[in-house]
Amino acid sequence: MSLLDVRDLSVVFQRRGERPFTAVDKVSFSVEPGQTVGLVGESGCGKSVTSLAIMGLLPRRGNKVTGQVMFDGADLLALRPDDMRDRRGRDIGMIFQDPLSSLNPVVPIGTQVAEVLERHRGMDRKAALKEARELLDAVGIPDPNRRLKEYPHQISGGMRQRALIAIALACKPRLLIADEPTTALDVTIQAQILTLLKQLVDETGTALIMITHDLGVVAGLCDTVNVLYGGKVVERAARHELFARPRHPYTHGLLNSVPRLDSPRGERLHAIRGSVADNIPWAEGCAFAPRCDNVVDACLEGTPPLEPTTTGGDLRCNNPVTEEVAVP
Amino acid sequence: MLRVIVRRLLQLVVTLIALSALIFIWLRNLPGGPVEALLGERATPASRALLIKALGYDQPVLVQYAKFMQRVLTGDFGNSIRTGDPVTEVIGRAFPATIELAAVAMIIAVGLGVPLGYLAARHRGRLLDNLSIAGTLLGISIPIFFLGYLLKDVFTQNIHWFPPSGRISTGVDNTDVTGFFVLDGLLTREFDATGDALWHLILPAFTLATIPLAVIVRITRASVLDVLNEDYVRTAEAKGLRHKTIRGRHILRNALLPVVTTIGLQTGALLSGAVLTEKVYNWGGLGTLITDSISGGRDYPVLQALILLAALVFVVVNLLVDLSYAFIDPRVRVR
Repeated sequence: MSLLDVRDLSVVFQRRGERPFTAVDKVSFSVEPGQTVGLVGESGCGKSVTSLAIMGLLPRRGNKVTGQVMFDGADLLALRPDDMRDRRGRDIGMIFQDPLSSLNPVVPIGTQVAEVLERHRGMDRKAALKEARELLDAVGIPDPNRRLKEYPHQISGGMRQRALIAIALACKPRLLIADEPTTALDVTIQAQILTLLKQLVDETGTALIMITHDLGVVAGLCDTVNVLYGGKVVERAARHELFARPRHPYTHGLLNSVPRLDSPRGERLHAIRGSVADNIPWAEGCAFAPRCDNVVDACLEGTPPLEPTTTGGDLRCNNPVTEEVAVP
Repeated sequence: MLRVIVRRLLQLVVTLIALSALIFIWLRNLPGGPVEALLGERATPASRALLIKALGYDQPVLVQYAKFMQRVLTGDFGNSIRTGDPVTEVIGRAFPATIELAAVAMIIAVGLGVPLGYLAARHRGRLLDNLSIAGTLLGISIPIFFLGYLLKDVFTQNIHWFPPSGRISTGVDNTDVTGFFVLDGLLTREFDATGDALWHLILPAFTLATIPLAVIVRITRASVLDVLNEDYVRTAEAKGLRHKTIRGRHILRNALLPVVTTIGLQTGALLSGAVLTEKVYNWGGLGTLITDSISGGRDYPVLQALILLAALVFVVVNLLVDLSYAFIDPRVRVR
């Protein structure tokens, strides 16, 4: 049985006086225990909203969430808020994009790590702080005794993200959701954080959902990749399959637009034409059609179905790409 | 930290000296004056000249000021022209009454304002929030003396819940230790006196609290709304922390920073509001003293000392607020 099974998850934002906006449109995917799954796409494709919906962290008002999020046999969307509160931080941990703004500026790091242990593992403050010290040490923060008493503004960006990882993994959750964990960091620090995440999920057997727009992150980390466009999964494949033979023109375009060290001098960088704003509603056809080089008539006649491929993945395309690209 | 305190105290001294000069010159240029008040309109020029000389008002203002400052440095603020009592004594009698009133008013304003502002923010756009917006608008706009007489009329004339005026009932035997009646009752174990003093305090304190209360509700509401959008609140939710922890440690501790600043600034509103409130409830404090000293013939020595005292209280409270900031917000501490 899958650890997490997301079925037909939809999130519709609905504000008074505004047209409803479907941010996530019947997304389904699953995560096996210990597996690392990528959710990839541009800004606005619904990847962050998906993660917030799984965590039950969307605002109480102004949106409608439908579908099922089965975790450990229970539908998280149907849980009472207090039951969900018991699971957050204990069974599912989450780390966010901007480590500075994600930490409380007026509370010492130690307290921010310890409080999750006090809450879910019933520790008293003293035991929790002792454990917090171990955790900070485990995520590679030097001199953890001193850091416990320091505030977020006193430590570096990389260390802040390490502290957030320590918080998310404090209760040894079975699933960790990382929402663009490296976007706000320097490139050198990005690599360190990714290595740390990989090492920690390998050691603890925690399953990981990695949300990113960065294919480099996916290449180094994920077992399976879900490519999202306009709130829908357009392609799902094992990592090697996706990089070797991207079938969807969008995935293909993303891979082609990664700058490469071995490309001939003076060669122009490939880009997908248009922007995310150039789309059509899924009901009228493929949302990617206006930007697609492979567009055929069928693409403007209703939503293309998500169909299994011969290589074990899924694809939502009427006219897939057939050429291969070299693995970057 | 110590250096900051010392620097601020030095600034305080400079402020007070400049202010004293300003008040001194300003007061003496007001129309009317103690001489007219003491002798009446039909006094002969000769008797007027005699009194002016006796009070030292014939000398240049700068000389008068120099003499005043000389005496002030020895703690002598002169005698009241109206009653002849030493100014320090006159003010010493009135000071505890006003501080007691202002302190209770501030406790009401903060005690009600912070929870109300928090609730309004959490129920943004709904009935409670709209009520709070309407209520605070009313609270800020309604003149204190009008509200004072209104409350007095309703709660002391129509329904006799509270006493109409004064700080303590005539029959109550209270021992004067500090001049703070509520405190005195507790110190001397005359709890009936404490109860009676509190009973007298409720209406005036509530009247005085309206403006700071409205301001604190608004600031708290706006500040909590800001903090609710912060990523660290989402992190706290993602940790599955209890409501209580998120509210206290993650929302309010951050949201109260601007509220603390407001509390300092509102002491000014409390001091000026006290003048009106004390008049309405016949409260023998600094507010009453200041109106009496102005209308009762420009009692220069008392007025000078009163205004300086008000400035001192305002600056000291704001200094304390600034210092408390360093304890609440670690980012300030480092600088």
